[in-house]
Amino acid sequence: MKKKRVYLDYAATTPVDPRVIKSMRPFWSEKFGNTVSLHSFGREAKAALENSRKKIADLIKAKSSEIVFTCSATESNNLALKGVVESSGKKHIVISSIEHPCIMNSAEWLKGQGVEITKVSVDKYGFVNPLDVEKAITKNTALVSVIHASNEIGAIEPIKEIGKICRAKGVPFHTDAAQTFGKLLIDVNKMNIDLLTACSHKIYGPKGAACLFIRQGVGLNPILHGGGQEFGIRSSSVNVSAIVGFAKAAELAEKEMESENRRLISLRDKIISRALRIKGAYLTGHSEKRLPNSASFYFSFVEGESIILHLDLAGIASSTGSACSSQKLEPSHVLLAIGLKPEQAHGSLRVSLGRFTTEQEVDYFLKVLPKVIAKLRKISPLK
Amino acid sequence: MYSEKVLEHFQNPHNYGKIKNPSGVGKAGNLRCGDLMHLYIKVDKDEVIKDIKFETFGCAAAIATSSVVTDLAKGKKVQDALRISSQDIVKSLGGLPIVKIHCSLLAMDALAEAVYDYLKKNKKEIPKEIEKKHKVLEKQKKEIEKRYK
Repeated sequence: MKKKRVYLDYAATTPVDPRVIKSMRPFWSEKFGNTVSLHSFGREAKAALENSRKKIADLIKAKSSEIVFTCSATESNNLALKGVVESSGKKHIVISSIEHPCIMNSAEWLKGQGVEITKVSVDKYGFVNPLDVEKAITKNTALVSVIHASNEIGAIEPIKEIGKICRAKGVPFHTDAAQTFGKLLIDVNKMNIDLLTACSHKIYGPKGAACLFIRQGVGLNPILHGGGQEFGIRSSSVNVSAIVGFAKAAELAEKEMESENRRLISLRDKIISRALRIKGAYLTGHSEKRLPNSASFYFSFVEGESIILHLDLAGIASSTGSACSSQKLEPSHVLLAIGLKPEQAHGSLRVSLGRFTTEQEVDYFLKVLPKVIAKLRKISPLK
Repeated sequence: MYSEKVLEHFQNPHNYGKIKNPSGVGKAGNLRCGDLMHLYIKVDKDEVIKDIKFETFGCAAAIATSSVVTDLAKGKKVQDALRISSQDIVKSLGGLPIVKIHCSLLAMDALAEAVYDYLKKNKKEIPKEIEKKHKVLEKQKKEIEKRYK
């Protein structure tokens, strides 16, 4: 008998939707041209690229000329931070303390180049206070970057308010929307966003495609130099099939967003309410102002990697911010930032749902989880 | 990333739980990752470890190394049990990821502490290195236990 497998790690990555695969297929061997070529092969590739660009731009109310395709959210975030800082000549940036490692480590790299970093703290739910951002901005601030929603605890940040402050201060505002693009409505104008990172593989598109929205007029230097593709901002032969898939995935996500979110929120809340019945279980992040598809917890006196592994042995895929699960043996900086002690972060668990998650799968998880926690507690010296 | 053996011990750990009226109790903690282990031994008059049990709060590697150290120590004389090395533990588990080697040290530390406790309670001579190790481990353990208060 084939082992039952339940995927509850959609925040890590998602399977490619069959409709997306179908949209990509012609661009591997049939319409394989290079977008910069002048002949018909090149032109059909270029047309597909520009069509995709328009689709993505429309979804966030941007102009086509403001979308630069990259190969990952990590690349987009690197480009936003390094590109804007270098272009501005200023030596200070403001980020939050719950950014994804690719923002954290890009900032760390900039620090080595003499750029000062201010990390704005968050409250116990993981929310940034826009007034703290205001206080952190100086005359020398090149960029503010705050994640749209936390990949670990689901907290949705007050992006519009932060953007408004940045706009008033004349500082470009970047948000990493890797977890929200295609899941929450985004309007870069209404939300005062100057740069935005979006990516494909979190919304049932292929890996290897992402983009950076760069508002017209925002200065940004390229970090890849070459043939001048993507308005000279991101040289590289364009991965047309992946980008076509990305745009198709974005289109589907938007079309199905409302009904899908309603479905996911109901499943998410079922997980939250039922998991919290376990003694010594605590929710991380806010109970409502969080991603529709993400539930995160910590369980006292048990360790996260052990939880993950036991769940995995039962066929369930999930994730943890425990120190034991990291190569550096350090607990998640996000969990520490919301005030968890290392030993609390030690027992952390994140489950994230998606398009192919069924109620039966959720029920199976909820049946297995209490048993796993009980089993590990039985072995634990702390009770 | 884990060997079959590790997963086997993780899923069905040997000798977990407590011993009533143990001859010695060893507690050890890992300051870096936060793992915690308690080890209980029952020693007979011939100084043989007749029974041994553990309780561990930690990752799969920590649980598996705890389990395997109880297997290795059971039936051994206390002096011989002290000779169990990190390599012995790792070998019995069919290897451990490099980043998890420190977990095997935790198991050894807890065992050394249990033996120390037994020797001390019975007013037996304590080898110098065990005494020295105890001082270091005692400090670490207190630090960890403070965290879990």
